[in-house]
Amino acid sequence: MSLNYEQAVEKYEPTLGLEVHVELNTKSKMFCGCATEFGAQPNTQTCPVCLGLPGSLPVVNKKAIESTILIGLALNCTIAPYSRFARKNYFYPDMPKNFQTSQYDEPICVNGYLDVEIETDDGSKSFRVEIERVHMEEDTGKSLHVGGSTGRIHGADYSLLDYNRAGIPLVEIVTRIIPNTGKYAPQVARAYVASLRDILRGLKVSDVKMEQGSLRCDVNLSLSEINSGKLGTRSETKNVNSLRSVERAVNGEFIRQANRLTSGERIIQETRHFLEESGQTRPGRSKEQAEDYRYFPEPDLVPVIPDNKWIEELRKTLPEKPSDRRKRLQQAWSVPDKEMSAIVNAELLDTVEETVLLGADPTKARSWWLGEISRIANDRSVFPTELISVKDVYQIITLISQGELTDKLARQVVEGVIAGEGSPADVITKRGLKVVSDDSQLMKAIEDAIAAAPETADRVRGGNIPAAGALIGSVMKATGGKADAAKVRELLLKHLGQ
Amino acid sequence: MMIRDSAATMAAALAKKEISAVDLANQHYEQIAAVDKDVHAFLYLDKEGALAQAAEVDKKRAAGEKLSPLAGVPLALKDVLTQKGVPTTCGSKILEGWRPPYDATVVTKLKEAGIIILGKTNMDEFAMGSSTENSAYGPTKNPWDLTRIPGGSGGGSSASLAAFEAPLAIGTDTGGSIRQPAAVTGTVGVKPTYGGVSRYGLVAFSSSLDQAGPCARTVLDTALLHQVIAGFDPKDSTSINQNVPDIVAAAKKQDIKGMKIGVVKQLSGNGYQKGVENKFKESLDELVKLGAEIVEVSCPNFEYALAAYYLIAPSECSSNLARFDSIRFGLRVGDDGSKSAEEVMNLTRAAGFGREVKRRIILGTYALSSGYYDAYYGSAQKVRTLIKRDFESAFTKCDVLVSPTAPTTAFKIGEKTNDPLAMYLNDIATIPVNMAGIGGMSLPCGLAEEDNLPVGFQIMSPAMKDDRMYLVGGALEAALIDKWGKTILDFAPKLVGSK
Repeated sequence: MSLNYEQAVEKYEPTLGLEVHVELNTKSKMFCGCATEFGAQPNTQTCPVCLGLPGSLPVVNKKAIESTILIGLALNCTIAPYSRFARKNYFYPDMPKNFQTSQYDEPICVNGYLDVEIETDDGSKSFRVEIERVHMEEDTGKSLHVGGSTGRIHGADYSLLDYNRAGIPLVEIVTRIIPNTGKYAPQVARAYVASLRDILRGLKVSDVKMEQGSLRCDVNLSLSEINSGKLGTRSETKNVNSLRSVERAVNGEFIRQANRLTSGERIIQETRHFLEESGQTRPGRSKEQAEDYRYFPEPDLVPVIPDNKWIEELRKTLPEKPSDRRKRLQQAWSVPDKEMSAIVNAELLDTVEETVLLGADPTKARSWWLGEISRIANDRSVFPTELISVKDVYQIITLISQGELTDKLARQVVEGVIAGEGSPADVITKRGLKVVSDDSQLMKAIEDAIAAAPETADRVRGGNIPAAGALIGSVMKATGGKADAAKVRELLLKHLGQ
Repeated sequence: MMIRDSAATMAAALAKKEISAVDLANQHYEQIAAVDKDVHAFLYLDKEGALAQAAEVDKKRAAGEKLSPLAGVPLALKDVLTQKGVPTTCGSKILEGWRPPYDATVVTKLKEAGIIILGKTNMDEFAMGSSTENSAYGPTKNPWDLTRIPGGSGGGSSASLAAFEAPLAIGTDTGGSIRQPAAVTGTVGVKPTYGGVSRYGLVAFSSSLDQAGPCARTVLDTALLHQVIAGFDPKDSTSINQNVPDIVAAAKKQDIKGMKIGVVKQLSGNGYQKGVENKFKESLDELVKLGAEIVEVSCPNFEYALAAYYLIAPSECSSNLARFDSIRFGLRVGDDGSKSAEEVMNLTRAAGFGREVKRRIILGTYALSSGYYDAYYGSAQKVRTLIKRDFESAFTKCDVLVSPTAPTTAFKIGEKTNDPLAMYLNDIATIPVNMAGIGGMSLPCGLAEEDNLPVGFQIMSPAMKDDRMYLVGGALEAALIDKWGKTILDFAPKLVGSK
């Protein structure tokens, strides 16, 4: 017997919690002056401090503290008047000091929340995700295990270490348990990470590129039988690195745990890894015997005591909240709820807004980005803006409104731009897609159509306007679709005395 | 030969071009060649680097450039501070062969001041010990009696001064590692206020207690060196961004009329050698003659200082020493292609660390473990706060506090190696200063009548009031030399071959 998701949610309710790690985009590392550029040659961005050489000492990057406070403020947190760094002690070859400088019981931001909205069977519903803490820490280096079948340290022939990432500032954002998500747990998880990402992007504190690992999510999930009131054992699925994967990981873990529980097996407390291909998770490190990190306050750093004035100055620089912005744009564009949600869910709000800001009609901008372009993008599993630029889309929309293109022609222009045939103007020239706007050329086609179907023309003359459709169709066919249908209709009716 | 002179005298001779920095360095290398096979103060001599540095100073002086007061004076550097390109072992096998790619801030300041770094001195492994017997490279001997310990952990630095191998030395003091060696070798050593001298490049034993400081044969020399290395360092978050008081002027002032000097009741009596107590009391009499007032103060929580220290220091060391894992530098054992990184790490640490270091790593790991943290590390931190309060309260009644530096004179090599607790008790009078982060000085105050070995007199001053210990130390030193008619080291037996 194997439960599917629908069966699983009938029987179990989830307890969901999320930990998000964000790499800050500071120019230098958390505790030294080394550069943080992504993709540099291995071990070229290192110094005695981030290599953990004997005698070296950390100095806190003030910009990183500022970014963390901004994140805390944007997540409605209290900024702690006194917080400290702590050492998390454990051995691993890619961790230079064999302890991570992190924060433990005295984090810099506490007690915040983020409201997220999802579409449910009963319309859109808001969930409040409470934030337990936001704290600072440093990233580790990277290991590359060479040889062996698994790419993991066990069985590898040798390992290569790159310490460029060691000491990059990380912010960890930890939620409390998100209550009552029920069967919507996967969507809530995704919506939370998406909202968080929008906020971080708005704050300009991180690149928030999930695929590059600058934003990674750990999903904590346990199940309990509905109305049992008992919490289950949780698993922690590490480093999930796309919004879709967050949703799939919750879904997959829900099904896995439900099936284990149903067949009488227990859930092992462990970390798990998300498998992109199958949407399932595989076991990682067991946490049955909790690792003892021997945390203690970092004696090499002084406590962080942010000045109130500084905090208030930072608060003033906070950008508009993504939810407020959404409301404002929805009103400005007169978009119905459902379509606005569609834009947001497709993550095209920025794109549509940029197109509108260039001067495009909001309705047209929305329908082009969410329609034709998204369809092609989905087919190719890429993001729409990777196919065509905002500027090109704006130009195409403008040409339509100027009557230079029809919708049908415009689709071909989009196709051409995506195919790399150049700018919209280039595609129009190369493919000869200009609207037939020459009246005499159109009149000739209209007269030909009437001559070919005199009875239909008579019906129109007699007042049967809908009958004109067939004649318009013939004209459009004769002009190879390059005529503006509205204009053809206008000329035709006039010609037939209507 | 100038090697028995003070650094200040050497500096004056250099300034008057009576001697060149190169000649002065060579005189010291000659002495080292003559006596260090017996004393074993040095682990490494950077003769080439030092002579190049000395030639540079001579060149600048010849060109009429303005030089800092100690330019051209040689110095011995404790092997726990990094010096670019020069082996730094911390007295441990695990760092054998490591040449740091950077200078400690203290070393940068020494170089900028034109002070000639002769070499690196021996020490207890990772500064853990009170006798230098824990060095993986063999013990240093006390120049007063080669069968005795020179103190520790900075026995190499103090012995180099007492053996006239160098007029200046740098030590580090976590629980007494500058002051106790100074006491048992008849030299002067100062642990500055925590944060007064940068720790950048000081290989950490216990980060919240470690402090680099100056060592010399006179109070004034110590002050001159202290002034060179002190000051805020943006690379050390715990360094204090405040002006250093004028310690050189204080060392020269010699006027302590009306000063109140507090004798700490708890730092005497049981466990203190009779001769040590006698010399200490005689020194108090000298201070009274100089016009100071002696008051007795009580610091009841000092009783717990040693116990708390042996929780905090090992806890921090267990974390600080985790980086010695064979991956990026130093020793690597067992990497034959068949073992995992973890196995190689374990083999290296087993082979590379000595017994005392292992003992403290295990102690500290235990004290920080979940379930024990509050009872051990947490309680120790509370004791630390109480000790600070004891000092604060004491300093409302007096300007400085005094005590014997160490409870005994130099003991025999091997005498306490199998009794760690007896060894730890050596630091009973010096540890409270580290726990509170204040300043402490040890200067010689005579020879104990039982064994004719030097006794140290400790002066403790409030944080960032380091000038006070120099003021009292300078005055006491002058009075004692006046009384003896010579310096304490003039009483020391001459080493075989000494120049």
